[in-house]
Amino acid sequence: MNFDIGNPSYGLVFWTLIAFFLLLFLLKKFAWKPIMEAIGERERSIEDALASAEKAKEEMARLTNENEQLLKAARAERDIILKEAKELKDQLVADAKVQAQAEGAKLIEQARKEIDDQKKKALVEVKNQVSSLSLDIARKVLQKEFENEKQQETLVSDLLKDVKLN
Amino acid sequence: MDFRHFFNSKKISFIAIFAVFTTFSVAQTADSTSTAAASVSHETHGEEPYNATEVIMEHIGDAYDWHLWGDLSIPLPVILYTDKGFEFFLSSQFHHGEHDYQGKHYTYRLVDKKKIRVVGSNGAVDEEASKNVWDFSITKNVAAIFLSVFLLVWIFSSVARAYKKREGKAPKGFQSLIEPIILFVRDDIARPNIGHRYARFMPLLLTIFFFIWINNLLGLIPIFPGAANVTGNIAVTFVLAFIVLIVVNINGNKYYWKHILAPDVPWWLYPIMIPVELVGVISKPFALMIRLFANITAGHIIILSLISLIFVFKSLAIAPVSLAFVLFMNVLELLVGVLQAFIFTLLTALFIGMAVEEHH
Repeated sequence: MNFDIGNPSYGLVFWTLIAFFLLLFLLKKFAWKPIMEAIGERERSIEDALASAEKAKEEMARLTNENEQLLKAARAERDIILKEAKELKDQLVADAKVQAQAEGAKLIEQARKEIDDQKKKALVEVKNQVSSLSLDIARKVLQKEFENEKQQETLVSDLLKDVKLN
Repeated sequence: MDFRHFFNSKKISFIAIFAVFTTFSVAQTADSTSTAAASVSHETHGEEPYNATEVIMEHIGDAYDWHLWGDLSIPLPVILYTDKGFEFFLSSQFHHGEHDYQGKHYTYRLVDKKKIRVVGSNGAVDEEASKNVWDFSITKNVAAIFLSVFLLVWIFSSVARAYKKREGKAPKGFQSLIEPIILFVRDDIARPNIGHRYARFMPLLLTIFFFIWINNLLGLIPIFPGAANVTGNIAVTFVLAFIVLIVVNINGNKYYWKHILAPDVPWWLYPIMIPVELVGVISKPFALMIRLFANITAGHIIILSLISLIFVFKSLAIAPVSLAFVLFMNVLELLVGVLQAFIFTLLTALFIGMAVEEHH
């Protein structure tokens, strides 16, 4: 049995060594170096891209958060302004009401005073008129009464009749 | 040594267990089948007995020409270094061992299609003179290695060009087929076993992985561009294991050498421990050499034995059964081919990792 596989030939060892080192050298120079570099480069760039995407996401979240905060603040401010405006309005209305009331009261008071004055004046006038009229009437009546003697005597006698001397 | 990180990855441990399992089963089957084939061939002494063992051994062995079909084969250059100078001629000069070749310095004869021997003036092989002749011929295996080197350089330089052309972009076409494998070697073999110093060893690991794999695959092709049993030749696996041995020991740091030369045991155990550790230095790459050689050779022997069954039984009826088994074995060998490349690379990375590991 010519089982000479277990008896390696030095020629094959020699050529295998040369071929393998040649292969190692060529592949190292023309394949493994550029390939490993390219893969490493790409992995780095992917990592960078992922990192920057993550960063952008964070930035986005931060901006959104900020916007929300701003919105919230704006809303709060609006509420405050509205509240203040309402208060101011209420105040104004209340003030106006009070003022109007006061003004009205004053006017009414004035009117009443005027009326009272006028009334008094009128009453005085009326009084004067009445007294002069009554005087005139009295004078006229008296004049008329004293024109007729007889009548007077009758009257006096009547009056005297009523009078009972006790 | 701490192997935990190796078994941490479920994927790797599963593959490793599976690999060990298939290794044993394949080796066992190969053994039984080849002995069966051998015994059968001894019994059939017909007019032209079919010697399965001879056929199989011829197929898995090296040759001076690359057989195509029938009597046609590609002659390969024979390069001899003799004490009188170099000799170059084509192996076709031997006419398949039927003729001697008169060279410049000696007359040469191809003995058993395996060895080139000097023929003396009396027409017999002169073993004494043959000792001065060094055979550096481009044999079938050497040619197959050159072919695989050419293929690998062609494939990977084109892939590298694709990386340059499509810089920073996603891989495309053949590049996207190769990239996951490269990343697998990097992320599942080199990084977990070697640690952060892995980058230095990537070229070696990738070269070993793809060299073994492509030769395993080419070996499965039964016709010309393949058919050479490169990774099933112990000279080739010896060279690979030897390179691993050198790389591991050159890169061994002080902890590695302390572990070998001054292990943490009572001093009186040193006479036992140091030789054991030194044997360990050699036995690790030795196991690499035997494992790859035995697995690939076993696979080839099984396939060839199954084919041989048809000729042993001299019956076409056995062919469908035989072919079914051959098909199954071929598929299994595809798996074994990548698995053995993976295991060789993984263990290389593991040994390098042990040698460069820092202890805290």
